[in-house]
Amino acid sequence: MREFGYKRATDVPEAVALLATDPEARFLGGGTNLVDLMKTGVESPALLVDVRGLPLDRIEVADDGALKIGATVTNSDLAADPEVRRRYPALTEAVLAGASGQLRNMATVGGNLLQRTRCGYFGDTAQPCNKRVPGSGCPALAGEHHNHAILDWSEHCVATHPSDMGVALAAFDAVVSIHTADGPAELPLSEFYLPVGDTPHRENALPPGALITGVTLPAAPVAARSRYRKVRERASFAFANGSIAAALDVEDGTVRDVRLAFGAVASRPWRARKAERALTGGPATAEAFAAAADAELAAAEPLAHNGYKVPLIRNLVVAMLTELTQEAAR
Amino acid sequence: MDPTKSSAISLRVNGERHSLTVDNRTTLLDALREHLDLTGTKKGCDQGQCGACTVLLDGRRANSCLQLAVATEGREVTTVEGIADGERLHPVQQAFLDFDGYQCGYCTSGQICSAVAVIEEHAAGWPSAATADVRPEAGPSPLDDDEIRERMSGNLCRCGAYVSIVRAVAEAAAVREAADSAAGGSRGERVTA
Ligand SMILES: Cc1cc2nc3c(=O)[nH]c(=O)nc-3n(C[C@H](O)[C@H](O)[C@H](O)COP(=O)(O)OP(=O)(O)OC[C@H]3O[C@@H](n4cnc5c(N)ncnc54)[C@H](O)[C@@H]3O)c2cc1C
Ligand code: SF4
Ligand code: FES
Ligand code: FES
Repeated sequence: MREFGYKRATDVPEAVALLATDPEARFLGGGTNLVDLMKTGVESPALLVDVRGLPLDRIEVADDGALKIGATVTNSDLAADPEVRRRYPALTEAVLAGASGQLRNMATVGGNLLQRTRCGYFGDTAQPCNKRVPGSGCPALAGEHHNHAILDWSEHCVATHPSDMGVALAAFDAVVSIHTADGPAELPLSEFYLPVGDTPHRENALPPGALITGVTLPAAPVAARSRYRKVRERASFAFANGSIAAALDVEDGTVRDVRLAFGAVASRPWRARKAERALTGGPATAEAFAAAADAELAAAEPLAHNGYKVPLIRNLVVAMLTELTQEAAR
Repeated sequence: MDPTKSSAISLRVNGERHSLTVDNRTTLLDALREHLDLTGTKKGCDQGQCGACTVLLDGRRANSCLQLAVATEGREVTTVEGIADGERLHPVQQAFLDFDGYQCGYCTSGQICSAVAVIEEHAAGWPSAATADVRPEAGPSPLDDDEIRERMSGNLCRCGAYVSIVRAVAEAAAVREAADSAAGGSRGERVTA
């Protein structure tokens, strides 16, 4: 591992200023992704600016009912928060479906959003990888890609974003708050992750040196009836092969409002807007749920070894929406 | 000391303060084992995947292999060496002995530290991925075998002693609950979580 300096920031402008002192500096949250990647040489910062001491560790309800989650809130505290569990249960379920109790105690909201892909070639510095070394190629396309993307990938990179938390945040229209040398700004999560295109190494729309200060969830009554389900290769403590965050408001057998987002299918948490549009105002039946899933998945382009994700996601949509409909009827 | 490479830090481990100079690359795990001779905490994967290195940081479980020592300054570290109350074993340690919660023992210190925290997290009302309804109005779910397996899933055991580990954790949780109601305490009273 390369040698590095370490500084602890105590307020937001100081954190941004400290980062600007070295072009090779990185913020350090819980370190569960960054330290891991530094050990393997994928990341090699010259300076770490520790953000865990910043006063961004609170979850508050704003005057308009929105939930404001600080960037250094741990994944554990986020999942356990009574307001999150009451108003956005799928977010609690998504966070609890990720990593382990130990890791969730360390991991922060900001770090979770910026965690890197689990593509094996990305993590192995002996291999080419366009995301790690632009222009070096993408061995996953013809190689090991059974857990790679089926939607919106490019011939330059077919990796997925691994966050579970991000899938629930995408379903609930989260807005990311940031701070740069120019002051505070906001970035909707829907614009936070960049399309892959021919620049897979550029993963997000954060301005250089920006600190994530928090995430805001607008008030959404539909979110109170929401669930997250994750399919993986062992019962627990594994990344998703496919996952879904779903919220549903049904009245008299008609869909009044619905939110759907998928995980482990694309380079970003996938908000299924086509499916939502197909469902809204229509019947809450298994046939309609399947048709909506098909509408969303029509754009899927599976590779040789990840075609199973298409029926997997389709089945998840039908199962989750059916369960939520039955719960609403009770 | 070159501040671009190393730091003078003070670590509080099991109630004792230690002053040391560490290369910033040193993990808490390596600081405990190599600098402080506290070798109870084990290194398995060194990547957050096995839980052998689990310690408590300010009472919460964490993987010491991904925690930089320099970032631990000012926090209270508890390792397996600090779990017991003097000569009296912690109920989780006693339960691992009583129910053979191990075979080779390599994962055991991590399992024990994790289990101590699992019992506190559950008592504090934290849900898990095994909790059917996470909404607060649903109330806490009992710490049954499925809950224990899910909550302990960050601790792997290559010997596969899981059946006994689950029994040991259930027993230790029952001991805690009995002690709580004997003291007339409400759930979550002693919680550091
Ligand atoms: C074994 C293992 C299993 C896992 N399983 C899952 C899983 O199943 N599902 C899942 O979703 N995740 C999983 N994870 C990933 C885990 O959720 C992330 O590592 C964690 O959320 C990252 O948060 P952190 O605070 O530790 O980030 P760090 O490692 O500290 O940082 C990650 C990145 O974010 C940047 N950063 C951190 N904070 C800020 C900020 N405030 N502003 C700007 N930049 C910032 C850092 O510079 C770095 O680039 C797993 C991790 C491990 C090690
Ligand atoms: S899929 Fe992306 S991350 Fe994986 S090898 Fe290809 S370019 Fe690298
Ligand atoms: S050694 Fe830390 S989790 Fe394996
Ligand atoms: S007892 Fe041997 S690894 Fe668990």
